[in-house]
Amino acid sequence: MEHPHFSIDRTLAVLQKEFRHMRRDGVTLRLVVALPLMQLILFGYAINGDPKHLPTAVVAADSSEFSRSLIEGMRNSRYFDVTRRLQSEIEGDRLLAEGRVKFLVVIPPDFGRTLMRGERPVVLVAADATDPAATGNAIASLAQIAQRAVGRDLVGVAARAGAFTPAPVEVRVQARYNPDGITQYNTVPGLMAVVLSLSCTLLTSIAVTKEREKGTLENLLATPVRPLEFMAGKVLPYVVVGYTQAIICLAFARVLFGVPFEGSFLLLMLMTGVFILASLAVGFTFSTLAQTQMQAMQMSQFFFLPGMLLSGFMFPFEGMPKFAQWIGSLLPMTHFLRIVRGIMLKGNGLTEVLPHFWPLAAFTVVAVLIALARYRQTLD
Amino acid sequence: MNGNVAAPAIDVRGLTKSFDGRRVVDDFSMRVDRGRIYGFLGPNGSGKTTTIRMLCGLLTPDAGEGTCLGLDLRTQAQAIKRQVGYMTQRFSLYEDLSIEENLDFIAHVYQVPERAQRVDQTLDSLGLTGRRKQPAGSLSGGWKQRLALAACLIHDPQLLLLDEPTAGVDPKARRDFWDHIHELAAGGMTVLVSTHYMDEAERCHALAYIAYGKLVTRGTAAEIISEAGLTVFSIRGEDLTAAAADLRGMPGVELVIPFGTALHAGGTDRAAVERAMGPLHEKYGITWTAVPTNLEHVFIRLMDRTPDNFSA
Repeated sequence: MEHPHFSIDRTLAVLQKEFRHMRRDGVTLRLVVALPLMQLILFGYAINGDPKHLPTAVVAADSSEFSRSLIEGMRNSRYFDVTRRLQSEIEGDRLLAEGRVKFLVVIPPDFGRTLMRGERPVVLVAADATDPAATGNAIASLAQIAQRAVGRDLVGVAARAGAFTPAPVEVRVQARYNPDGITQYNTVPGLMAVVLSLSCTLLTSIAVTKEREKGTLENLLATPVRPLEFMAGKVLPYVVVGYTQAIICLAFARVLFGVPFEGSFLLLMLMTGVFILASLAVGFTFSTLAQTQMQAMQMSQFFFLPGMLLSGFMFPFEGMPKFAQWIGSLLPMTHFLRIVRGIMLKGNGLTEVLPHFWPLAAFTVVAVLIALARYRQTLD
Repeated sequence: MNGNVAAPAIDVRGLTKSFDGRRVVDDFSMRVDRGRIYGFLGPNGSGKTTTIRMLCGLLTPDAGEGTCLGLDLRTQAQAIKRQVGYMTQRFSLYEDLSIEENLDFIAHVYQVPERAQRVDQTLDSLGLTGRRKQPAGSLSGGWKQRLALAACLIHDPQLLLLDEPTAGVDPKARRDFWDHIHELAAGGMTVLVSTHYMDEAERCHALAYIAYGKLVTRGTAAEIISEAGLTVFSIRGEDLTAAAADLRGMPGVELVIPFGTALHAGGTDRAAVERAMGPLHEKYGITWTAVPTNLEHVFIRLMDRTPDNFSA
């Protein structure tokens, strides 16, 4: 006898109908497969708590065997990739500010001779400590590297002087921009980029798709409104939304976490505008592809995820494999993140910001062009 | 910008549109003079909406040419949009905006001069001044339809394209709606209206019947009826269901429709229809009288005769 309150058959009817809905929604279906794949690949490869191969600039005024060994030793540790050899420290400071290198190693001119004399020469290592997770392990390994590398060369000399108990070389580490290694200093400015990226993309894509789903777009298309007018009118309100969120983030970063703000507020606001525009254009492009608001939401998420994982927000950018870094470089979030951290923590000015501004601007222009090209004034 | 005032309101030739390889509108031509109410009839999926969308620039025809209000369909779509009012089949104003905000938005988009007054006037003529702040989504079907019509009229268009404007609206509201349409036409406006209601078709100055994207017949209601050359009988009796089953498929019987307590049967060959009914007098005890042919008879016969596009 059939149970009066629960019929398996009726449940099956609902279940079957639900599966049919799923099958009809191609976008959702594809994302069901693509999302875990993407998560797995990105998380699996990109997360590296012990980032190696950090770009390092070296100013070596000394050409002795000892300084060569020291550099070789750093290299062999795999933490440091010597990407630049410089003549002056000033040049190194600039590279550090621009975020092109994570370390600046300065070997003094009389390094070899001082060592031979049995004195302890000072090697200066300036580290970009904005992201403590990225540089922490490398810094920790420095003293040992120096001792081992230089110690080996000193074998003959050392025999005379007996075991070197203090280390033969003093490594003086300067953790710049975030000397206390406070993680929030790094993550909180990044969160501003995350918030803007998600809400701007999501809100625009939904706002436009809603018009299609509700049928109001048909009415609007029959009026004299032109594509550019529609796009501008539709998107500009979300610029205001974006700025409001940016200000909230900055205010709370200051009040709750005491994150410093070294650079120019105006410059940051200018760059924020470009980033907001990029996110809005992406959202608008999604809305031309999505049929329903649900699909638009899923697409925005799909775009947001690599931004979170590959931009250097969650994990040190340098710790990721090359292909992940390459994908990361295509994302606007990566460049905006560097700009925000640079301005807030390093006090970067326009000159230091520009190298990260160009890729961001290029992305924005391309995204706007795609959005415009995709938008149809007809229902064709 | 105003086009040629002497030109017909609509004059298109050979309009064709396909979706995914399926021809939805096939070599369609029509001419509508100014100040006329032109009815657009045909079964669902016959291409009425697609044709209307091509006329107002929402869809680009694959082939064909012509003018709307003397403006070229292909090159002057933007100018056409400014002078056409298009009422979509589905309510397409913003349900979360108030009645007033919706009207104001539409007026703004069309850059109507003295917008505030125009909106006030419209609200007043609709009798919605007291409810202006109410969200449009909270209106009943009949009121939504009135609001949608008012919104398409706010920029004083010369041509109105109405896509099944009275679907789901009660008879009183439909009658009021049609009275309004006639007033507008009397004032010089041209109206193209698609409908499934025969009483509405009869209120049009001229009609076009399309099926499966092709024009089947056109003319005034009287012309279409007389051209069809049908003779229709109203049959009464005991077992009309059985009689109808027998009549269907008999030679010369082109039309069998239950009509309340009677059965209507007819064809172009009066003698053949009478021959078919003859034996049924004995069998089911039925009697018949000739009745005047109406549009419904004609269209039902047309629908049965046109080949089905979906099975072709």
